Amino acid sequence: MGARGGLKLQGLVKRFDAVTAVDGVDLELPPGKLISFLGPSGCGKTTLLRMIAGLERPTEGRILVDDEDITDQPPHIRDMGMVFQSLALFPHLTVAGNIGYAMRIRGVAKDRIRDRVHELLTLVSLEGLADRRISQLSGGQRQRVATARSLALEPRLFLLDEPLSALDANLREQLQVELRLLQQKLGITTIMVTHDQREAMTMSDLVVVMNAGRIEQIGGPLDVYRRPATSFVARFIGTTNLLGGTRGSDGVLRVAGREFAVTGEGVAGDVVISVRPEDAHLLLGDPPERNALPGTVVFVRDLGEMFECYVDCGLGDNVIVAGSPRERVEVQQGQRVAVVFPPESCVVVSGGGRG
Amino acid sequence: MSDRRKPGRGAYLVLAFPLAMLLIFFVAPFAIMIAYSFYRRIQGGFYEPAFDLGSWKRLFEPVFLDRAAFSIGISLLAGAVCIAVAFPFTFFLTRMRRRPHVALLILVLSALSLSEVIVGFAWSVLLGRAAGISNIVVWLGLMDEPRAYQPGFLAVLLGLSYIAFPFCVLTLYPPLSRLDREVTEAAQTLGASPWRTFRTVVVPIMRPTLVAGFLLVFVFTLGSYLIASILGRPQHWTLSVFISDQASFNANVPFAAAMALFLTVLSLVVVGIVMLLESRTRSAT
Repeated sequence: MGARGGLKLQGLVKRFDAVTAVDGVDLELPPGKLISFLGPSGCGKTTLLRMIAGLERPTEGRILVDDEDITDQPPHIRDMGMVFQSLALFPHLTVAGNIGYAMRIRGVAKDRIRDRVHELLTLVSLEGLADRRISQLSGGQRQRVATARSLALEPRLFLLDEPLSALDANLREQLQVELRLLQQKLGITTIMVTHDQREAMTMSDLVVVMNAGRIEQIGGPLDVYRRPATSFVARFIGTTNLLGGTRGSDGVLRVAGREFAVTGEGVAGDVVISVRPEDAHLLLGDPPERNALPGTVVFVRDLGEMFECYVDCGLGDNVIVAGSPRERVEVQQGQRVAVVFPPESCVVVSGGGRG
Repeated sequence: MSDRRKPGRGAYLVLAFPLAMLLIFFVAPFAIMIAYSFYRRIQGGFYEPAFDLGSWKRLFEPVFLDRAAFSIGISLLAGAVCIAVAFPFTFFLTRMRRRPHVALLILVLSALSLSEVIVGFAWSVLLGRAAGISNIVVWLGLMDEPRAYQPGFLAVLLGLSYIAFPFCVLTLYPPLSRLDREVTEAAQTLGASPWRTFRTVVVPIMRPTLVAGFLLVFVFTLGSYLIASILGRPQHWTLSVFISDQASFNANVPFAAAMALFLTVLSLVVVGIVMLLESRTRSAT
């Protein structure tokens, strides 16, 4: 099964009247993996997913699954399973009726449908609910019915459009893990659209970060987090400190007049550095020569699982330093401190200024 | 539940006004009509209080039973025609872009401003020989000479469907525009063609609405008498034509009242049967 469902997007563009929702996307996705399209609302991720499903027609570009061009195929012959944001269950049918719908459409024999529905109900842990009406189910149960329904015919691609957005936080986390385990068990190529970076990082093999109809970065969840390519990615995924600096003609990078060593190539001119709060740390007393800034503590909070300290280093935005409470440096509001940014965690990002 | 306060005397007073209106303008006339149906007719256009079953007995003469059956039949047909046209029409209307959507909706609703008389005579001209639609067909060379399509059964059916159509659209419009677009898209990703989606998802979800629209057209056209008398021959006259005939021309108010009540009871029976069938099929799926 694992070899099915390789997806290629070539120069995809979608324009709605004057608005360009998707602005030239080229992408090659490996089969059998879970790939998430991550971005803020209106970044074109849902439109991209709908084009893959055949629910929107691309203005330009081609879509290929396993090297077959499906750009002009209507959705009902594309062999894809999709879970919609609203779940879109059929209110006039029972749980079994919903899950068996695709098989009934194709004229599968009744007893085979019954067996398969039973199998799918077991897969999503809903045994014994076959005859329930949709209105009698909880949010989590509905989500599972929608998942089972879209997997009934073992589709080539499994598409998830913000599949858990209707659920409350705890259930969401739980179902993220369940859905991921299910996907790994079936080895089905899955594309998920989400605006929740935590969800994307929990579930994905590969994260495609999108902004304004374009791809900002593609990478593994940790890559995208630790090595953001642009200031947009750095800010959208997690919390970050963006330090604006300049690389002089001598090749030395300076932030607020202090020397910084970074990872990443050496471009001359204005440079933006991203440092994650948990990578920075506090030092009492004078700052060291390199990769450190002096500042004043503005705000401290200890959340039990982590502590956070906001330091005004004279850069405009406060610098955030986070860490485990066990390694906490005792500081008071108003205290003079030094913030150290280790060179290996200073990532040069493109996308200028605060993008 | 326990903390729900009992309504005070003021709350009942609020109800007094609509209740009074209902009594004066609905219950009372209805009661009067029931009483009239038992009155005795005096030659010369008058009637006197009595308990006379004559009018009710006369209902069971074959000619009136035949008219009653015809009325119900043509109204059921008009309901079917309206649903068959209005359902797809309204479905695509709700899925149109905003501008043509609103324009078309206004166009349909503006037909409501036409009275039954105008609609009747307009169609009688359009379906006539002298200045009717068939003249255009002849001009296009598709027919040899203009023909009259009225008076006739199809003309009556067309007229009835025409006056009921906007009401049918109005009944179907709110539930159809609330229908989640993702539900139909889900059916398509599961392998259903657009037609299959319409048949296996949209129609079943909309069944209660369709029944409501159908019954509305049925009841509405059952009461229409102008269309049938303008566009039909006497054999196409509905019971409503006879009622107005008895009341205005023959001055036989007791018999008109009896016929009107008879028609009301018949329509209630038909409505009851349709609703029973609908709930049966719903619990069967």
